[in-house]
Amino acid sequence: MSPEAIAPESGASTPPTSRGGPVSFNAKHLLGIEPLSVDQIQLILETAKSLREISTRPIKKVPTLRGKTVINLFFEASTRTRTSFEIAAKRLSADAINISTSASSIVKGETLVDTARNLEAMAPDVIVIRHSSAGAPHQLAGSCTACIVNAGDGAHEHPTQALLDALTILDHKPSLQGLRVAIIGDIAHSRVARSNCLLLGKMGARVTVCGPPTLLPVGFERMGAPDGSLTVTDRMDEALEGADVVMMLRIQMERQREAFFPSVREYFRYYGLTARRMRSAKPDAIIMHPGPINRGVEIASEVADGPYSVILGQVASGVAIRMAVLYLVIGGREQAPRVAEG
Amino acid sequence: MTALLVKGGRVIDPAQELDHVSDVLLEDGRVSRIAPGLQAPGSTVLDASGLVVSPGLIDIHVHLREPGREDEETIQSGSEAAAAGGFTSICCMPNTDPVNDNPAVTSFILKEAERRALTRVFPIGAISAGSAGERLAEIGEMVNAGAIGISDDGKGVMDGQLMRRAMEYSLPFKIPIIEHCEDLNLSAHGCMNEGYQSTVLGLKGMSRTAEDAMAARDIMLAELTGAHIHIAHLSTSGAADLVRQGKSKGIHVTCEVCPHHFTLSDAACRDYDTNTKMSPPLRTEEDIEALLEAIVDGTVDCIVTDHAPHNPNEKMLEFDQAPFGIIGLETALGLVLTRLYHPGLISLPRVVELMSTQPAQLINQPLGHLKAGAAADLTLFDPDAEWTYDLGKTRSKSRNSPFHGTALKGRVAATIVGGKIVYQSSEYFNE
Repeated sequence: MSPEAIAPESGASTPPTSRGGPVSFNAKHLLGIEPLSVDQIQLILETAKSLREISTRPIKKVPTLRGKTVINLFFEASTRTRTSFEIAAKRLSADAINISTSASSIVKGETLVDTARNLEAMAPDVIVIRHSSAGAPHQLAGSCTACIVNAGDGAHEHPTQALLDALTILDHKPSLQGLRVAIIGDIAHSRVARSNCLLLGKMGARVTVCGPPTLLPVGFERMGAPDGSLTVTDRMDEALEGADVVMMLRIQMERQREAFFPSVREYFRYYGLTARRMRSAKPDAIIMHPGPINRGVEIASEVADGPYSVILGQVASGVAIRMAVLYLVIGGREQAPRVAEG
Repeated sequence: MTALLVKGGRVIDPAQELDHVSDVLLEDGRVSRIAPGLQAPGSTVLDASGLVVSPGLIDIHVHLREPGREDEETIQSGSEAAAAGGFTSICCMPNTDPVNDNPAVTSFILKEAERRALTRVFPIGAISAGSAGERLAEIGEMVNAGAIGISDDGKGVMDGQLMRRAMEYSLPFKIPIIEHCEDLNLSAHGCMNEGYQSTVLGLKGMSRTAEDAMAARDIMLAELTGAHIHIAHLSTSGAADLVRQGKSKGIHVTCEVCPHHFTLSDAACRDYDTNTKMSPPLRTEEDIEALLEAIVDGTVDCIVTDHAPHNPNEKMLEFDQAPFGIIGLETALGLVLTRLYHPGLISLPRVVELMSTQPAQLINQPLGHLKAGAAADLTLFDPDAEWTYDLGKTRSKSRNSPFHGTALKGRVAATIVGGKIVYQSSEYFNE
């Protein structure tokens, strides 16, 4: 048997490269998309592509991170993201420990820093943190020696979501460069929108964000690419016009009580995605949603379950992206992941 | 008879239009004479050559946390920080536990200050009982006990009718109504200025309009009632315009500005450092420009610190959960000199006006000048000394400042209260 036969897919064991040469991740934490360079984003995407194949094997496990400890520290309810990180860690043979706890330091009677120091004493290699307060991962990074991965902090960033969205788009489109992406919904409270605008902006896509004016935060037009290619609109048809990708965001029911919009019915009339509205987009446009979806609130079932929906593809990409991120922050900064079955 | 002779300093007293090198003789706690070449046998001599000698600095917006949060600050420790910052008088806000909304608390503060404080302490009473914004506190009783103004500082008085009543009721007492201008519905749940930075950081913003709207209402109520409204810690260009307009219409409106608001913008929140969280929040570069302009054109009446000590345990929380406020007594003069005097925006006599002469007038106290017979409260400072602020050396019981490690130009050399030296820097004097 030739060596190539062991490698399941050609290219899987060669170092990811960008702009012609090998690159290193060279970052200890993944706190957000904002501090990442284009090269670092590309490295994560390339690494994820090469690791994705592991999840298709009969034995879905490689020894790459054997002996490493990953703590999933979730201060906010989450099934999808936590499970995704846990599976990612386990497929790389890391030991994954899940901690779900109350978000508020005040309620808990222990500060975030104290919680972190306690965990630190158990010598984890990575702490994956989800927290309802923006900036919590940054505060953790300032007081821990472990690698910190942001799994969503308040309305700030959700970098692995933006990365998995990019990976999903690339399954359907040749490049992010010049792609027209519409992001529609509750922009104000969305970390997914922020991370996606930052990532897509860096990668040369043209993003339009859309929602009722009450849910469009001040200065959002400056969130995108430095060339000012990000557009903000309160007209859904304008956002959908010629879109290659349509990303719908979840609407929290409690926003009604906070008077951001009068009713779900009215919201859906103006900002719900229907098959009819999709006619404004390109014929081959794909539809994405970070989940969990509210059928009939921000997206009609016919669209969510329709042929252009790649929502489940996003979930699959999530595992690959998180494997890549764990691998790269732990130390796979130079060499390619060992993906040979073992 | 005790006498202190301050020799050879540059004496600046805007109240007398004094600005020349002279000696100042202090006797029995009062200013006795100002003249060059004074001799006073038997008196203690303080060599002030190379230093500015001014009437003692007055900070009319300080939180001393006593009674209730003595872990954060006490009247004693706060006054020690004040003295080290060159302040000879401080006015303490009523949001203690219990709230200073009755004469018993007012008297307690004054008694405690008399026993332990290095500086003069003037209590500010609450506008409403418990500062709950529902019914008037015993304003007359508190004034009788020694309160020099009223405020529900920490939050705005949301009920316009209550504010009108407070203004009307206070007229015979001739006290300023000091308002923390913040429409709490408009700013709801915000933890920093609303703008591009809050959008990037994913933090809830406090709109500048929350401050402007309430300032507009209060200035209109002051016009209606004839009361003296003093806008606390003014931080926006809009509120500065409103005060400027109000003054030009002859309304009795005054305002104060904090050094942090004309030094840092909301970009300072980028690292989620909770020492950049205060209310009103750090605003934008445009607001900073507007505040500087308002200071230069005389719209701003005084500089205050809004010294707000917090236990480090609470400042260790997540940004949106941490309490508002920073300490500022020991950095105020340095920041004013660094940001306003050295770039040539205002003169040294103007610095003294903003930090001594005018605040004394605002609280109706016979302080802030060095006329013969005045209280012997003096601040000696070196306007050109370069130093770096070190939180490790603060006299405050708290450590919540964003200015640790900041290079400043202009430093306090000594502070004299009632003819007694309450602080002298080892950089200038051997004790």
